Amino acid sequence: MYAIREALAAFRRAPVLTGLSAGMVGLALFVVGLFSLATYNLRIALSAIEERVEVVVYLRDDARQSEIDTLLVELAAFDEVSRVTYVSKRDALERAQRELPEFGQLFLESEVNPLPQSLEVELRPGNRTPDVVERVSDAARGYPFVEDALYGEEWVDRLFALRRIGFASTAVLGTAFAMVAALIIGTALRIAIFARRDEIYIMRLVGARNGFIRRPFLLEGALAGLAGAVLAVVLTYATYRGVYAYLFEVAWIPGSWIGIGLLTGALFGAASSAIAIRRHLREV
Amino acid sequence: MIKLTHVSKEYPKRGYALHDVSFHLGKGEFAFLTGHSGSGKSTTMRLIHMADRPTDGEVRVSGFSSATVTERDLWKVRRRVGMVFQDFRLLPGRSTLENVSFALEVTGTPQKAIQAKANRLLTQVGLATKAGARVEELSGGERQRVAIARSLVNDPYVLLADEPTGNLDERATRGIMELFWDLNAKGMAVLMATHDMELIRRHPHARLFELDQGKLVYDSAATDSVTA
Repeated sequence: MYAIREALAAFRRAPVLTGLSAGMVGLALFVVGLFSLATYNLRIALSAIEERVEVVVYLRDDARQSEIDTLLVELAAFDEVSRVTYVSKRDALERAQRELPEFGQLFLESEVNPLPQSLEVELRPGNRTPDVVERVSDAARGYPFVEDALYGEEWVDRLFALRRIGFASTAVLGTAFAMVAALIIGTALRIAIFARRDEIYIMRLVGARNGFIRRPFLLEGALAGLAGAVLAVVLTYATYRGVYAYLFEVAWIPGSWIGIGLLTGALFGAASSAIAIRRHLREV
Repeated sequence: MIKLTHVSKEYPKRGYALHDVSFHLGKGEFAFLTGHSGSGKSTTMRLIHMADRPTDGEVRVSGFSSATVTERDLWKVRRRVGMVFQDFRLLPGRSTLENVSFALEVTGTPQKAIQAKANRLLTQVGLATKAGARVEELSGGERQRVAIARSLVNDPYVLLADEPTGNLDERATRGIMELFWDLNAKGMAVLMATHDMELIRRHPHARLFELDQGKLVYDSAATDSVTA
């Protein structure tokens, strides 16, 4: 009760200071919010590309149906494989005519179908990684009637490199700005602690427990962090609306991310004030 | 109740503030701790209040030892030892009642009981009629009474007073001393640091400790002067 009253009173006593600290935390977390927005949309884009990752096993023209069936069963037996589709030479030609109309005439005039029969191996979500596609390809290449197995090695590697870069930059920049936010809250709390040093001194003098002294400050820090996080969400949303309306189509980050952001803001606020008050109590 | 055994306190830049001090203050005793400025009076008070720890030796207060009490348990010591200072250390901008109530609240007194107990303490120190006055409106003597009322919120066994009359005139000093003797008559031990020898002479029944350059050089309860 005392802790809640004092924490709220702190906002009333020094509205400019608390407002400024919440505002600065909000700006720091806003950067984290923008990065989350970018990361989330990058993730969506990469997932769309990732869905197209598949292994195509090209078969020799003289491959017998029984051999093809054996390979098909073996490839389908991989846990990571969701579907294996046989594409005959005729199917391949029809698809080429459909998808590449500019070469339509060329295909029609040709007496021999130049396209090979193949097996298209689709992978389950989460398994479209370089090592899985390589393993599946290597298994197919072991058959003498297999011409080659391709999966766009170069761009699969690039795709995953891009994902790693995205993840690493989110982690590094997110941590950096979260630390900035924590430092701001810590500094604001140190000012608040300094402003109330007489009260803290008297609390210690008459035998208040340390936990009792700390609680209002922890709550104050948590509230400042939460207020900053709310502000960051509002700013990020405004940016999202602006980008969506004037630049290009983007997706809004999921509610769970916002929840985590708000919780993190509050926890960072509480943690940084805990450090500040702990240091102060050691000194008095 | 309070026992100092071969207590020394050394500060990194100042050197020794106290050197091998030993004494015992029993239940219900009234003692002065005197000495020139820098003799170690305030250091002794701080050590007894466990605001600081000795470099060597041991301070025991009401069963707690400076050697073993943890930071976490210091509040237990502070509730057994009341303390007042020369500069009162009251919360400015608040009333007399609020200053005492604050101490009651932060030490866990139930909300319903705070007002009644604060009023009782103010009556005990003779300030019942000044409960609503802001501390800035009070005289020095009255402010010290508020500080004393605040120091009594936990019903301590001992009251430490560090130069409590240093800022007071003759009349206010007399009033504060009467209050201390009243508290002592009710069983509370009082240890008062002062360099006012005239004041000490007016209270010949009190025990006297004298410090000089961090060493205890006199204890009136001992047959002879204590030599270092």
